[in-house]
Amino acid sequence: MDNNCAALDSIFHALADPTRRAVVQRLGRGPAAVSELARPFAMALPSFMKHVGILEETGLIRSTKVGRIRTCELERKNLKAVELWLGQQRAIWQSRYENLDGLLARLNGEDDET
Amino acid sequence: MKPDLQFDFLVDKARNRITVKREFAAKRQLVWDCHTKRELLDRWFAPKPLTTRTKHMEFREGGYWHYAMVTPEGQSFWNRLDYQTIDPIDGYAALDGFCDEAGVVNPELPRARWDVAFTAAQERTLVTTVVLYSSPQDVQKAIDMGLKDGLASTLDRLDELLPSLQA
Repeated sequence: MDNNCAALDSIFHALADPTRRAVVQRLGRGPAAVSELARPFAMALPSFMKHVGILEETGLIRSTKVGRIRTCELERKNLKAVELWLGQQRAIWQSRYENLDGLLARLNGEDDET
Repeated sequence: MKPDLQFDFLVDKARNRITVKREFAAKRQLVWDCHTKRELLDRWFAPKPLTTRTKHMEFREGGYWHYAMVTPEGQSFWNRLDYQTIDPIDGYAALDGFCDEAGVVNPELPRARWDVAFTAAQERTLVTTVVLYSSPQDVQKAIDMGLKDGLASTLDRLDELLPSLQA
């Protein structure tokens, strides 16, 4: 449980990096081997593994090794917290602005009558 | 909302920033008034089904707006917006934050900076709000808070509305 909270703490930090965002996006389409994930990036494998490590520590992804191949996949549960919050923020703004549409229409109407 | 009114919600995770852009079918002065006068703010600011109740409003640099968003059951969520710079009727910058009924800001919780700009476009007004957190850690705290407090569950119903509104 404690582990989970600590992991949640750094999700946003993990997603602040473009390489890590790209990895998460790719994994959104399904699990992939590290070698495949690393291919689009012009960086040495050890550097790339650091990014994978951060994503794993954060709990955004998990990896398993079978033979010599390490495969990564998304931990959708943790990713959801960020997306859910952003969805709520979007919904708040959308709703309040619809209220404002109504208010502006009424105020404009009052204006026309005077 | 009229279908042709622009609404953009842009998330820049790398810069801890959310940008909200919305067009309104009204003149800039009126849209400005609705953002800066307490009696008008009380008529729109809280998302449905909540209502807005202003306790204190002093719209000047160094002043603040202290308000509650109230659920139909009567539960209040207190917020405070501290005005930093004001440039009528082009825009203002302010610090957002959670507080209590007395207006005391909880120092444990992050404050986001709001940069709000009003631009005229023919008979319409475009309002651009940039919500900026100072660090990824602050964003995470806001997320934890947002998902924990009761406001989140009240607003869950809004998520259900989203698909129809986006169409």
